[in-house]
Amino acid sequence: MESFLSQFFQQLINGISLGSIYALIALGYTMIYGIIKLINFAHGDIYMLGAYFGFFTTTQLRLSFIPAIILAMVCAALTGIIIERVAYKPMRNAPRIAILITAIGVSFFLEYTMILLVSPQPRTFPAVFTPVVYKIGSLVVNSQQIVILASAVILMAVLTFIVNKTKVGKAMRAVSFDTDAARLMGINIDRVISTTFALGSALAAAGGVLVGVYYNSIDPLMGMMPGLKAFVAAVLGGIGIIPGAMMGGLILGVVEAMISGFISSTLRDAAAFGILILILLYKPSGLLGKNIREKV
Amino acid sequence: MKRMTKLLSVLTAGALFAGVLSGCGGGSGEKKAASGGDTIKIGGLLEMTGGSASFGISSKNGVDLAFKDINAKGGVNGKKLELVVADDKSEASEAANGMQKLISQDKVVAIIGPNQSSAVIASGAIANSAKIAQITPMGTNPDVTVDPSTKKTKEYSFRACFIDPFQGTVMANFAAKDLKVTKAAILIDNSSDYSKGLAAFFKETFVKLNGSIVAEEAFLQKDTDFKSTLTKIKAANPDIIYVPAYYQEVGLIVKQAREIGYEGVMVGGDGWDSSKLPEIAGKEALNKTYFSSPYSPDDISDINKAFVTAYEKDYKSKPDVFAALAYDSALLVAKAIEDAKSTEPAKIAAAMAKISGFKGVSGDVTFNEQHNPIKSAVIIEHVNGAQIFKTKVNP
Repeated sequence: MESFLSQFFQQLINGISLGSIYALIALGYTMIYGIIKLINFAHGDIYMLGAYFGFFTTTQLRLSFIPAIILAMVCAALTGIIIERVAYKPMRNAPRIAILITAIGVSFFLEYTMILLVSPQPRTFPAVFTPVVYKIGSLVVNSQQIVILASAVILMAVLTFIVNKTKVGKAMRAVSFDTDAARLMGINIDRVISTTFALGSALAAAGGVLVGVYYNSIDPLMGMMPGLKAFVAAVLGGIGIIPGAMMGGLILGVVEAMISGFISSTLRDAAAFGILILILLYKPSGLLGKNIREKV
Repeated sequence: MKRMTKLLSVLTAGALFAGVLSGCGGGSGEKKAASGGDTIKIGGLLEMTGGSASFGISSKNGVDLAFKDINAKGGVNGKKLELVVADDKSEASEAANGMQKLISQDKVVAIIGPNQSSAVIASGAIANSAKIAQITPMGTNPDVTVDPSTKKTKEYSFRACFIDPFQGTVMANFAAKDLKVTKAAILIDNSSDYSKGLAAFFKETFVKLNGSIVAEEAFLQKDTDFKSTLTKIKAANPDIIYVPAYYQEVGLIVKQAREIGYEGVMVGGDGWDSSKLPEIAGKEALNKTYFSSPYSPDDISDINKAFVTAYEKDYKSKPDVFAALAYDSALLVAKAIEDAKSTEPAKIAAAMAKISGFKGVSGDVTFNEQHNPIKSAVIIEHVNGAQIFKTKVNP
């Protein structure tokens, strides 16, 4: 029984560190969906770009962890704005399916451009700080896991502050609630959308750098699976709802860890996507979503 | 909308027409190659990109070096050898496409590669139906040369390395007899035939030697998080974890196993052989790990010493197993063409099957009935990131 409990808590730790990365990516998904009702499939690739920005800032500019992650977030934010301007803005009034396909196109564009630029070989991320292993009884916690969780919590807190307490945040909420009414109130829609892309992309980049540090290996196609998982997390929490994305990410991470720890590691991905199917069947608006009828 | 359909149909027609034209082009190219140019084209279907790219790049270096040596000595039957590379992107489906391209467009007379068993099996089906000899430097799964359902040898499939049973068996012997451990866990890459093959034979031999398998887990290629699975394995208290997988995942597995506090031995097969492994896993984490391999650059045979010197001169690094076996594969193809006194693919394959007592850098090669060479294996240990020759095991 004791060994079961210690395994359970160890898996909980594993799950939370994995889940906080899903949560960071899911936040971007959810914010962008909330604003322009677009499922931005290129979001996983922004996360990949973030990891590479982090890689270059640490190896070429020799920055330490915190300046590197901030610079990577800034670069990714700019990339996010450019992508929105170039690819999505001209499609603003197109049918939603067209924008969705554009997003898939952007995703492929980013992946294969990176393969061309940095070669498809995986790169090993430099050790930005030496990992320390802490043992609490039979539980093992790694300093990197603590850094991931702490960074995720800080970033989420900052985001919550921006969305709820600042003028930009107020504008974002207004646009998300009713774009036309917001425009009539004199809100600059384009600027709000750009800000949203910048914030979402910066969070994804932070996730990318953290993953680079944690797993030590990055490659141009690394964004595919986490991108899909984060999408599941966003839907699970209720797409468009910021606390929902955080919750969805953490739940998904913990479920994956428990499934591979107590049932079978091969069922892990099946469980993640099984959750997506269940939630779409029984509560399509997500755990925190309210059932609102769409205005016709 | 109507205009769109019209445009589409015009485009389709155009594409078809272009296809017909290029088909013709290919046809005339074939005549040129067959009617006695002064080069012989050999295909290199290799992992130039993707997760196992270091295998393909090393192999290409090995083949290039072999062809350079052969051409410097006047070539084969008076003709120079030319390598045509196709990238299989480390994927079985791409390997099949690449094979198709090498055979139908480039008109090669024999094919070297790929190295991953799944990719060799997928592309081998095409080589066999086109009746062109394919030799894989490192495809170790038994099914590469033998059809699993009919148990018949695939006439046009060869390999330069030994097969999985031997590697799994060698490692189980080494674990039970040299390391004297009794409890093993196995962690398999479920998307790879190679991994499953090694694991099956490791298990069989290890159990025969009175060992017990305390945990069996699996993952998929491209997974990055193994902590949950490793936590579960660690709870079963194994003395040794057998991870017959490729270096990209192995690196992460070794790193994460040490991070969750597993301090025991970890062992694997030749998929571990990469200079990237110490970078991904960390040098310290790799201590107390061993892998079986068909080749070590520290081997003391004369032919190997000459090869290592030449390789270091050209590529400024020591050859790894993929380079060495690709070098041997290239020499085997050249010998088969020489013996066949022809560039006809079917005759080359027939001549290759008869090769015996061939002296390669990785040992002597005699093909048995299943087109498998009979040769020795080495066990290599990681010590602070460096590969140290531990022991040699004969068949």
